[in-house]
Amino acid sequence: MTATPTVPKGRSLSAQRKRAAFWFLVPMLAALLFVAAWPLFRTIYFSFTDTSLTSLYDGKWIGFDNYLSYRQLSSGKVIWRGTLVDPAWWNAVWNTVRFAFVSVALETVLGLMVALVLHRNFVGRGWVRAAILIPWAIPTIVSAKMWAWMLNDQFGIINDMLLRVGLIDAKIAWTANIETAMIAVLIVDVWKTTPFMALLCLAGLQMIPKDIYEAAKVDGISALRVFWRVTLPLLKPALMVAVIFRSLDALRVFDLVYVLTPNSKATKTMSVIARENLIEFDRFAYGSAQSTLLFALIAIFVSLYIWLGKMDLGGKADQ
Amino acid sequence: MMRYLKSVAFYAVVVVIVVVSVFPFYYAIITSFKTGTALFSIDYLPTSFDLSNYRGVLDSPNFIRSVLNSVLIAGATVGFAMFLAVTASYALARVRFRGRALLLMSILAVSMFPQIAVLAGLFELVRFLGIYNTPWAMIMSYTIFTLPFTVWVLTTFMRDLPLEIEEAAIIDGATPWDIVSKVFLPLMWPALVTTGLLAFIGAWNEFLFALTFTASESQRTVPVAIAMLSGSSEFEMPWGTLMAASVLVTVPLIILVLIFQRKIVAGLTAGGVKG
Amino acid sequence: MTQIQLKNVRKKYGAHDVIKGVDLDIRAGEFMVFVGPSGCGKSTLLRLISGLEEITDGTLEFDGARVNEVIPSQRGVAMVFQSYALYPHMSVFDNMAFGLKLAKSSKDEMHARVRAAAEMLQIDHLLDRKPKQLSGGQRQRVAIGRAIVRDPKVFLFDEPLSNLDAALRVATRLEIAKLHHEMTDVTMVYVTHDQVEAMTLADRICVLRDGMVEQVGTPEELYDAPNSTFVAGFIGSPKMNLLAGDIAAAHDCATLGIRAEHIDITKADGLWAGKVIHTENLGSDHYLFVEIGTAEPLVVRQPGKQQIALGQTINLTPQAAMIHRFDTGGRAIL
Repeated sequence: MTATPTVPKGRSLSAQRKRAAFWFLVPMLAALLFVAAWPLFRTIYFSFTDTSLTSLYDGKWIGFDNYLSYRQLSSGKVIWRGTLVDPAWWNAVWNTVRFAFVSVALETVLGLMVALVLHRNFVGRGWVRAAILIPWAIPTIVSAKMWAWMLNDQFGIINDMLLRVGLIDAKIAWTANIETAMIAVLIVDVWKTTPFMALLCLAGLQMIPKDIYEAAKVDGISALRVFWRVTLPLLKPALMVAVIFRSLDALRVFDLVYVLTPNSKATKTMSVIARENLIEFDRFAYGSAQSTLLFALIAIFVSLYIWLGKMDLGGKADQ
Repeated sequence: MMRYLKSVAFYAVVVVIVVVSVFPFYYAIITSFKTGTALFSIDYLPTSFDLSNYRGVLDSPNFIRSVLNSVLIAGATVGFAMFLAVTASYALARVRFRGRALLLMSILAVSMFPQIAVLAGLFELVRFLGIYNTPWAMIMSYTIFTLPFTVWVLTTFMRDLPLEIEEAAIIDGATPWDIVSKVFLPLMWPALVTTGLLAFIGAWNEFLFALTFTASESQRTVPVAIAMLSGSSEFEMPWGTLMAASVLVTVPLIILVLIFQRKIVAGLTAGGVKG
Repeated sequence: MTQIQLKNVRKKYGAHDVIKGVDLDIRAGEFMVFVGPSGCGKSTLLRLISGLEEITDGTLEFDGARVNEVIPSQRGVAMVFQSYALYPHMSVFDNMAFGLKLAKSSKDEMHARVRAAAEMLQIDHLLDRKPKQLSGGQRQRVAIGRAIVRDPKVFLFDEPLSNLDAALRVATRLEIAKLHHEMTDVTMVYVTHDQVEAMTLADRICVLRDGMVEQVGTPEELYDAPNSTFVAGFIGSPKMNLLAGDIAAAHDCATLGIRAEHIDITKADGLWAGKVIHTENLGSDHYLFVEIGTAEPLVVRQPGKQQIALGQTINLTPQAAMIHRFDTGGRAIL
């Protein structure tokens, strides 16, 4: 047989695919570099300067002064300055952490309960699931306003309900009052976000094979024991992911607090105080430093999570 | 008897869940139909049906403007993100290359970014590009959360498409671009619609960037417009109008969410639980 | 006419060897079947020929030209997949025409070629339908039609019948055999785990085991002269009796192989004797399972209706010329 090469030479399939993958990824990566990496870099840079809002390009490098610096007075007294000794900042940190912890804990427990209810077969289940999607679908700003009206001190229906039931004996200014402002924020956040948790938990529950429950039933194990010994351990991975996602979301909370309890010391979170400094108080560089700190906090949280949870990011194909 | 009590208790819990979920929105609707002093009498059931709040909202040129702004911004951001995400997610889901896991992880990390962390840098960029107080500022900045989200969700969807169909296309002489545009895209319409809708809702609801990058009333998006809505004085909130506006911007969302209920749950879990 | 040559072809996934050095000539225009148990690497070998997988080491030549780095569509191959792999959103016509569309063929040529292939497979009345409106057998025909339209020089089949029910499997097998007779200038490579498919379709069979070629030959050669106990046990149904121990030692081998039809029942003084413990009646002939002290009962094939009752002791003698002898490594002793 005459050995005439009938097939043209070309690049191998995997080389062709890798090349295509490269060009497919470039626009997306370029966009992310442009709107995420670069602005992040600039924020961090600003945090080491004395840039102000009105003259963005005239900032001088001042090192860590926005974070922490000290000056010795002629009297010998040392004065510490910077975010890290700013009581307002630490108040915001405390508010944020408190808010994140309590809201995520409540949402997890309530979400799990709702998911367990929805996991049962009952008449009208579809309608109930539709109903719990409503809080999720309502924009945060709108729900903040709706609840602000319901929590209104004079004409709010919540005070009316509580008075009728006898739980309180005088109307409460929920959003204005220092003691109750955080409770108000928590109520709205839990109301709005529990559906999300419930849906994720429900999806996790539906992945647990049914025959495990049937086996437990046959063995006569009580429902409560089944929940603690079977359901919860099997649900844990899904639950953990949901909790992490929610925690990250809660740590950066801004809009709800800003709209529901404007200027309340009791609820001001890190995002709120950072933006206040950045834009409203014209302490642009100082606000940048606070933004950077929040970013660092979340970055540590995320890396811990990625390090601890062995997420299968590459998918099954990588095996 | 015990059984009966149990099921009564169960349905009581169900009723509580439904009432708590729906009541605030129901109350907003009731309020939106009240005007004048009727607003200040607390009623649990509808008492009046006065449409003047809605007329007031719809007659206000700035509200209509905000809605149009929001539609334009959310639509453009999502369109842009989807356009980039479809090809990117094909590369991430179907092509084996070194550093893929790291890349996916970085994209996930970006979606978890606190938006405040980029606010200062974005502010500078927006000023530099001369797009402050224009819709472009939001279209650009919303990419930071819509793009990672769409890439991530589409990657999980794309991963589940059958391998042999792709191989058949390769044998048929399809290039990677042919596979994406002629084979996978038509197969992914449901996933694309869901992902797009979720990203749209995210962009529609965004507040921080919209608040920071707009100055004039005519450039506001819906959330900023609603947050800034105020009466003649600070102590005279126009609750009726506010509730009417809230109901108007929420009803389309609720309808969309209810129509796409099942798909949305699938999309949320793809973005969240799968891992 | 394309001749395919594999020269010391290897495939590794990371540290895992799947194909461990395969040398094989597939002659131009022949029907070659790769057969073997699951995990033997037969599908991988087919995918290496198609170009869907990259060869780690060694050379693959089409008509003497190295094609290791040539992308599948330029190798002139067409492939029929196990799951049919039809494009769900396209009509049958578009499914079959997709390759031509990508190659930017003229409309007239496209129509002519799709029509011709559809008529050949009798699916011309289905051209407007979507895959989900077709039965399994029809889908498989469309998949074959899509391959024919490409006018391939090499036709690859990856277990194309395993998703069909038994009756349809036989009919489609016939269909594929017919295709081979009609497309005489096309080289066909077919992967299956079913030795009956291999025996009925192949010009030559390549038995694979653990990523290596165990034996290549015509169905007759493999049936009559297996070069190992592995091939002996894999090809033919019922499988060849493989006897060890004293019986084998008496013939100077580690394992003695004898097919069921090569054992005669003798009146007395048989070489072996044993009790009939089970019988299977197939109509045209029947099998006797005889307990002769080996690990598995000896299977004996007898023509016509069953004559011998269960539990009866019979004398057996193998036809001396038909005895296969294997050494301790399982290789045939010639």
